[in-house]
Amino acid sequence: MSVALPDGLVAIVKRDCPTCQLVVPVLEELRARAEPTLTVYSQDDPTFPPGLGARDDTDLELSFALDVDTVPTLVRVEGGREQDRLVGWSRDAWVPFTGVTDLGADLPPYRPGCGSRTRDPDLVAARDAAAGATRLTSRRVELGPSEDEIEAMFDRGWTDGLPVVPPTPERVARMLTGTTRDAGAVVAVVPPDLVPCTVEKVAVNAVLAGARPDYLPVVLAAVEAACTDEFNIHGLLATTWFSGPLVIVNGPRARAIGMNAGINALGQGNRANATIGRALQLVIRNVGGGRPGEVDRATLGQPGKYTFCFAEREEDSPWEPLHVTRGLPASSSAVTLFAAEGPRGIIDQLSRDADSLATSFAACLRATTHPKLALAFDAILVVSPEHARVFHEAGWTKARLLEELMARLQLPGAELVRGAGGIAEGLPAGVRDLTLPKFRDGGLLIVHAGGGAGLFSAIIGGWASGATGSAPVTKEIDP
Amino acid sequence: MSQPRVVLDPTGERTAALRERSARPASLSDRSVGLLDISKARGDVFLDRLEEHLSRRGARVLRFAKPTFTKVAPIDLRREIAEQCDVVIEALAD
Repeated sequence: MSVALPDGLVAIVKRDCPTCQLVVPVLEELRARAEPTLTVYSQDDPTFPPGLGARDDTDLELSFALDVDTVPTLVRVEGGREQDRLVGWSRDAWVPFTGVTDLGADLPPYRPGCGSRTRDPDLVAARDAAAGATRLTSRRVELGPSEDEIEAMFDRGWTDGLPVVPPTPERVARMLTGTTRDAGAVVAVVPPDLVPCTVEKVAVNAVLAGARPDYLPVVLAAVEAACTDEFNIHGLLATTWFSGPLVIVNGPRARAIGMNAGINALGQGNRANATIGRALQLVIRNVGGGRPGEVDRATLGQPGKYTFCFAEREEDSPWEPLHVTRGLPASSSAVTLFAAEGPRGIIDQLSRDADSLATSFAACLRATTHPKLALAFDAILVVSPEHARVFHEAGWTKARLLEELMARLQLPGAELVRGAGGIAEGLPAGVRDLTLPKFRDGGLLIVHAGGGAGLFSAIIGGWASGATGSAPVTKEIDP
Repeated sequence: MSQPRVVLDPTGERTAALRERSARPASLSDRSVGLLDISKARGDVFLDRLEEHLSRRGARVLRFAKPTFTKVAPIDLRREIAEQCDVVIEALAD
């Protein structure tokens, strides 16, 4: 312990404690009569107790060093070392402990103490963060005295165009409490610069994004999934196409961190949805060096490249959740990454039977990228609760819906070839006599999300599919 | 004085936090020296004197001025200076 203790009796008190107030006359008696004398430390106000010359422990250095959990605490010190201690007020205990008789004769015989300020959860977290901060290995960047800290983040090129939270060592240390993984462990090698990215570096970017510590495991899983060969974030970044990484979160973790799967699930307003997707993009930007106009060559891009993340509405879904369809146990939590365009809406307010609604969906799905192109791009169909109810009432499983959609999306080659329909765009003449599916096997995913009112669903188009470009990747979220 | 504010670098740390200065030229003879007036009062007096000295030593002197000292030099001006000069001297004055 680095704090020097004075010999004699040491009392640790705080003004904001009725028991400490109660024992003030006792402390005065001890100051006058105890041998060696009493030294008082005040946790919250050095003018308390008045007249006793209390030492200032508002920074709690001594209280933490003594691991005080209750005030008042009375410690007997000899040779600078604690010999024994009492907590709260008890005349029967204090008299033999101090060797001073008739102590507090006018006081009630017993009063329990109050919580020490060292047990304030916010203070403990801040102290842990300060201690954790010293162990971080990322380069420390000192801001100039006249720099505005928010502007400083822009000036260094660390933002996506919106303000970010400055990643102080304390904030990063606090972020790291969200995972059990070692801060120095490498999560992934991040393109385009192919930089090995540690848990700590992901945490720095999660702070920038405005995430909370309990989101960090989801961000880590998303970074891992994005940086697989299958998902191909490098190509996705570099393409002139619109797409960016979409993160769909499934399982108990999504509910535990308060993700939105309901009203406006694909929109703004939920911190977890907003910051998890953003943190992934900031990792790509900052760690990987993937910036628009440099390696990111998107012709138009799309607003979801700031952030695009939502949870599946599992609790009243008629179907098994996406991660279960993709082979994980229902009890697990997972992210599924998809190379996503922005969502486009489907209106169907009149279909009351599953056949009509499936045909409606298929007609809209056909237009993904272009009605005359097939097999090259994946898509996600986000079915809203009111539309899902139509299939549920008809007894259609998710597999059945997928099968019915694929059956309706067998496209005659004569409609697809270049020049057909008076449109030059299309497939080579060689497919004229073939029938081609719009989507490759596994290239159409179905999820359930959205608010309870509205006969609307959504299509999220993909990018060059499979080995040519990007395949969806599902990754379990580790703590 | 308050503690310096420190943040952690979110990047892959492939670039230096501080950039090296360009090597100092051995001589200014036959080099283009830009004199940048930041548009503070009497900066021109200082730069006029510098121009006399530099010209005497064989440097080619080019004069530039920022529109206002309160803002960083416009990007076009910075580019112009970078393209035309080997060395630049920026004059602060008050």
